[in-house]
Amino acid sequence: MAFTLKINGADHDVDVDSETPLLWVLRDVLGMTGTKFGCGQALCGACTVHLDGIAVRSCQTLVSDAVGVAVTTIEGLSPDGNHPVQIAWRDANVPQCGYCQGGQIMQAASLLKDTPNPTDSDIDAAMSGNICRCGTYPRIRAAIKAAAQKMAGAQ
Amino acid sequence: MRHDPTFGATIANVSRRAFLTGIAAGSLILSVGLPVRAEEQKYAGDGMPNGLREDPKIFIAIAEDGTVTVLCHRSEMGQGVRTSWPLVVADELDADWSRVKVAQAPGDEARFGNQDTDGSRSMRHHFMTLRRMGAAARQMLEQAAANQWGVPVAEVKATNHEVVHKASNRRLGYGELAKAAADLPVPPRESLALKHPSEFRYIGKSETPLIDGFDITTGKAQYGIDTQLDGMVYAVVARPPVFGGTVKSYDDAETLKVPGVLKTVAIEPTPAPAVFQPLGGVAVVATNTWAAIKGREALKIEWDDGPNASYSSEEHKASLETAVRNPGTVVREDGDTDKALGSAAKRVEAEYYIPHLAHATMEPPAAVVRIAGGKCEAWACVQSPQATRDHLSQRLGIPVENVTVNVTLLGGGFGRKSKPDYVVEAALISKGMDGKPVKVTWTREDDITNDYFHAVSMERIEAGLDESGKPVAWLHRSAAPTILSIFAPDPKQEADFELAMGLIDMPFDIPNVRVENPQAAAHTRIGWFRSVYNIPHAFAVQSFAAELAAAAGRDQKDYLLELIGPPRQVDTRKLAVTWNYGEDPAVYLLETKRLRGVVETAAEAIQWGRSMPKGSGLGIAAHRSFVTYVAAAVEVEVSENGALTIPRVDIAVDCGPQINPDRIRSQMEGAVVMGVSLATLGEITFKNGRTEQANFDTFEVTRIDAAPKEIHVHLMPASDYNLPLGGVGEPGVPPIAPALTNAIFAATGKRIRRLPIRDQLAT
Repeated sequence: MAFTLKINGADHDVDVDSETPLLWVLRDVLGMTGTKFGCGQALCGACTVHLDGIAVRSCQTLVSDAVGVAVTTIEGLSPDGNHPVQIAWRDANVPQCGYCQGGQIMQAASLLKDTPNPTDSDIDAAMSGNICRCGTYPRIRAAIKAAAQKMAGAQ
Repeated sequence: MRHDPTFGATIANVSRRAFLTGIAAGSLILSVGLPVRAEEQKYAGDGMPNGLREDPKIFIAIAEDGTVTVLCHRSEMGQGVRTSWPLVVADELDADWSRVKVAQAPGDEARFGNQDTDGSRSMRHHFMTLRRMGAAARQMLEQAAANQWGVPVAEVKATNHEVVHKASNRRLGYGELAKAAADLPVPPRESLALKHPSEFRYIGKSETPLIDGFDITTGKAQYGIDTQLDGMVYAVVARPPVFGGTVKSYDDAETLKVPGVLKTVAIEPTPAPAVFQPLGGVAVVATNTWAAIKGREALKIEWDDGPNASYSSEEHKASLETAVRNPGTVVREDGDTDKALGSAAKRVEAEYYIPHLAHATMEPPAAVVRIAGGKCEAWACVQSPQATRDHLSQRLGIPVENVTVNVTLLGGGFGRKSKPDYVVEAALISKGMDGKPVKVTWTREDDITNDYFHAVSMERIEAGLDESGKPVAWLHRSAAPTILSIFAPDPKQEADFELAMGLIDMPFDIPNVRVENPQAAAHTRIGWFRSVYNIPHAFAVQSFAAELAAAAGRDQKDYLLELIGPPRQVDTRKLAVTWNYGEDPAVYLLETKRLRGVVETAAEAIQWGRSMPKGSGLGIAAHRSFVTYVAAAVEVEVSENGALTIPRVDIAVDCGPQINPDRIRSQMEGAVVMGVSLATLGEITFKNGRTEQANFDTFEVTRIDAAPKEIHVHLMPASDYNLPLGGVGEPGVPPIAPALTNAIFAATGKRIRRLPIRDQLAT
């Protein structure tokens, strides 16, 4: 079936089975590989994207459900890669292998949009769906707090 | 150095002497300690298959715009090697870090030397070669400038990306000198003037941002699974659910009706021992990964489960218990343990069990391969690009010089990606698709059910204490299937390199010690997992040390220090198994002073001895592995209903000189989390030959909410860069589980002897 998706501000026409998860449309059909496959069951968060600004797991989002909403991937979180969360991540040297970090950043950006000054338990609640097997959690926590401060200062 | 603006994109593969006929196992086994005659013994990088290469004309290029490109032949899997590697060169070269780039080498050990990224040894083996290459390139630039100006080379000095002649106030940038410098011969090693460590600009400093940091945080970083080629098709493979199983028959009629599915391709299994060759099965090829997955669901396969069809973890655990309760092969004997046990005032014994574990790298195994014109080219997230080439060559019957392996970033490795079976699968499917580029993706279920698992293990220790509570005898029996089982037919004893991971090199000052290794068979694929057999050995030894302290009514930390004893140097050559992580035992002695040092540092940092509220406690453990000394002190809180939280971990590390301290810290933070994960949650169990876990709902790993609230890393000062370097990637893991369970004992009085902890604290 043919679908038109609005991804990172641009329209993309795709022709796929209607039950295809958005993840595989992004990766295999459109070649946008910043969104990662980790589990296929919404258990790890590596595939996190935003639909109208809200973090969702693209492995559990049917392509048909992504029509008519704004899809944002890690490639489009900011035009120049300088979203405060991305900057905070680099300042803290958060990544190790880096594979899960796109999903972590998308989840953290969504958290900070809703909760500009998150507590440790807010961070636990929002981020515990995102697995990092390298164990960068202490730096993720620190980077979220640093980004929150920076965003508060900018307002 | 060389002058080449397109360096990195055009690295030619040179043909390589075919030293591996048959399997690649020979090289691997050699590297882990088959006995060789003393005069042939080589250590460190020289002891690795294909050794070390140290040629700045291979590894360093400077373009006319001054860009310095350093070729990294190690695989980046999170340890930060793509940053630390060029950083060392840049320092000796006196380059401006903002003008330094890294390029990734393809697999070609004839050209680059050994590339196996494992054993925590990239920086340990290469720090000096990188320094010397950087210094050589710097001296070539200085010579080129001196030649151009017609002044003695002693009058010029390279500094921050330019060469300066102070007397005449002339200067030339590295880019301007690159061409002339590249034509000069590489200065001999004895003429190189290395920097004094006080002159280091980048080495030993913590401020270096990750070289791939921008790409990672913007989704541009390319992992194996991200490779895209024109005309590429996508595959998943249905593999035997039981190790050693085969396809009896299959029916793909329904599969071929799934929209997007193109074809099925049968993959022949490899008879055991298969080394790194694939398990076999049926591949489904489609226009996208999702269609391939749906097509696989529609496959009807009748399996012959083979000889491991009855493998059951419950029964196997019982057989390991029987094994360690009976004598086994003696692998270390000091004094007369039987006699000392017989006359001891008190005897203590305990058994410790750790199940199989899955690596579960966040990027599952994935690879792209195409075959055209008699040549095979792969793009893959592998820790062992040369072994990948060799396996592709062997399986396809294509000469190794016609096989190219391009190394991508690895989304985690932990030892899983040392085994390139998934790359060979992609090649065999490509062959079945007339050489078309094929991407194979392992789903998470594939990854967890068909891993090369960390060995299940049973450890039994018995000690005799004298009247004062001091141990006079120590009998340790360790039973676990060996990694050699993927290389050789049905071995049942732990290999030297497994025994020497914290078992026979147990460092306590006890007069009578016997270590035995009863037999254990492998019924699934066993493989390296970050820190390998140090995990069970350290868990047993460090838990038992705390049990002895409790039996003697002593403080755990004080007792541990007494067990380690006064500062002394243990020569590992005097042990029954002399393997010492491939390092020269005369250089890398086991120094109990350093082990004491990390214990004291971690204890002080966590304020050992402070009074703890009910349900809270402190525990400590220390372990030497990969020639590095690590101690962890853990604080726990256990609620009345048994919920565990970890407010704080202090981990002290003595790895000798610290090249990139930030990455040492990050490796230790990660090791703490992985150690907590395997201690609290990690477990693969088998029933009817099949794993009972398949994804992150059943094979659970630690998430942010259960991770320690604070992790403090303490790097032991080591300003002397002449000291030998220790490993970093792995040695943080082994002490975590016992430090945690020792803390739980302090908090609750409950001794955990079987991992994972899971609900054992529930009351």
